[in-house]
Amino acid sequence: MNTFLSDTWHLLLRHVRTTIRIPIWIAITLIQPVIWLTLYGQLFRRVVEIPGFGAGSYIQFLTPGVVVMTALFGSAWSGMGIIEDLTEGVMDRLLATPVSRIAILSARVLHAALTVAVQSIIILLFGLLLGARIPGGVAGCVAILWVSSLLGAGMSALSNGLALVTRREETLIAVINFFGLPLTFLSTAFMASELMPPWIRTLARANPVDWAVNAARDAMLGLHWAEVARAGAMLLAFAVGSVLAATQAFKAYRRAS
Amino acid sequence: MDTAIACEGLRKTYSNGVKALDGVSFAVKPGEIFGLLGPNGAGKSTTVRILATLTRPDGGTASVAGGDVIGDPAAVRLRIGYVAQASGVDKWATGRENLALQARLMRVPPAAIADRVRSLLERVALADAADRIVKTYSGGMKRRLDLAMGLCNEPAVLFLDEPTTGLDPETRAALWRDLERLRKERNLAVLLTTHYLEEADRLCDRLAIVDHGKVVAAGTPGELKAQVGAGATLDDVYLAHTGKHIQAAGPSVIGGEAE
Ligand SMILES: Nc1ncnc2c1ncn2[C@@H]1O[C@H](COP(=O)(O)OP(=O)(O)OP(=O)(O)O)[C@@H](O)[C@H]1O
Ligand SMILES: [Mg+2]
Repeated sequence: MNTFLSDTWHLLLRHVRTTIRIPIWIAITLIQPVIWLTLYGQLFRRVVEIPGFGAGSYIQFLTPGVVVMTALFGSAWSGMGIIEDLTEGVMDRLLATPVSRIAILSARVLHAALTVAVQSIIILLFGLLLGARIPGGVAGCVAILWVSSLLGAGMSALSNGLALVTRREETLIAVINFFGLPLTFLSTAFMASELMPPWIRTLARANPVDWAVNAARDAMLGLHWAEVARAGAMLLAFAVGSVLAATQAFKAYRRAS
Repeated sequence: MDTAIACEGLRKTYSNGVKALDGVSFAVKPGEIFGLLGPNGAGKSTTVRILATLTRPDGGTASVAGGDVIGDPAAVRLRIGYVAQASGVDKWATGRENLALQARLMRVPPAAIADRVRSLLERVALADAADRIVKTYSGGMKRRLDLAMGLCNEPAVLFLDEPTTGLDPETRAALWRDLERLRKERNLAVLLTTHYLEEADRLCDRLAIVDHGKVVAAGTPGELKAQVGAGATLDDVYLAHTGKHIQAAGPSVIGGEAE
């Protein structure tokens, strides 16, 4: 247990160090949500006027959506890092040491969650600047970070698992392109559920992205805390399940090599 | 411990059906530099990966540094260094950070890590470049860092998969000197794979020529040459056993043999 925690911590430091040494990466992760907020905020500004939409201002509605969309896309790419480790021989070098095997995965998952948390804070601040408000207060912010980082952790575990099974960047890119947008649009990230066709509303209920968006939006407004808590628990289960799946993928990888 | 590496009848077929090893056996003593020589695809890397606990054999037994590779890989990992054919260092970290993390994962006591890293950096002549990220290193600098990574835990057995491929003659000679010193000072056993005739001939105490997943000849370079005939070179030996010439022998490093 001790070596597991210590190995996770030192591998996490490695990933954080790598992240802050690639300036273009930082620039993109910071600028992209800003562009999304301004662009979509302007583009869809008037949908709140559709009868039945519910929310008062679109930026208020959109901010939690962009938090969650960033969590989804940021962490879905997490598997690229492990593929780089495979092709450069870093993975073999690690596996020839006594390092805790699970720490290799958990460090990557924690790194994704941490990155998502930082991005979420930046998006919330920018949302405030554009006129969104957070009546949910500090508790609301904590809840938003909780759901977004758990979604990020789960997605990054799935991405790493897929990377270990397929070992190819092309496959990962194809899968993210295939699932990314549907997962986003089968949620209330951009559109109120009241205006969704019933079949989409049904599908959305099975979508962790939708759980996270709804919880983040309620938490931001300080409403429906029981539902926020339920979504938080479901996302925790999603993250744990994804990590378990990734562990199995790692075992399969080591057997096959 | 009078054998550093002992393996017996190692067999390995990959999941895609490629039969990489078909009964490989040899033994290496502490303080010995042992070379695996053989054509591309002969099974050299597979042998090294099995002994370094990275791949499980389908059959056979192997013990390394007193531990059973299959039954107790964790014990083996503590006592070996492994430098792969592909580098394996983190190119976004500095040389010092790479070594410090490796030492930590190799269970070097935390209080000893900084000193250990400093002396390794000096040993491989990277002290001046220690705080630059590895992405800016030359090929030779990277290979020297690889060697230092493999020595982090002061291993009893060091595995080097094609350690000098792509190195210039001077760097290669420096690496040979390092290995010879380590062998003398710490009784280190080294298993290396190579495609270079001179490396096999001059550096290795004993050799095994591997072809199609089998050891087809083994012994000291002198013994192997004597078996083939008076005046035979190692290339003649290689040709006799594999039907091929040793690939690019590389520029001469020691002595005056112009190639
Ligand atoms: N992970 C793998 N999956 C499937 N086949 C593999 C794998 N690794 C190696 N092989 C195959 O096993 C055989 C032996 O490969 P190995 O890498 O051990 O050879 P080698 O002697 O190191 O060759 P080289 O001199 O080219 O490095 C080759 O036919 C190779 O294609
Ligand atoms: Mg090889």
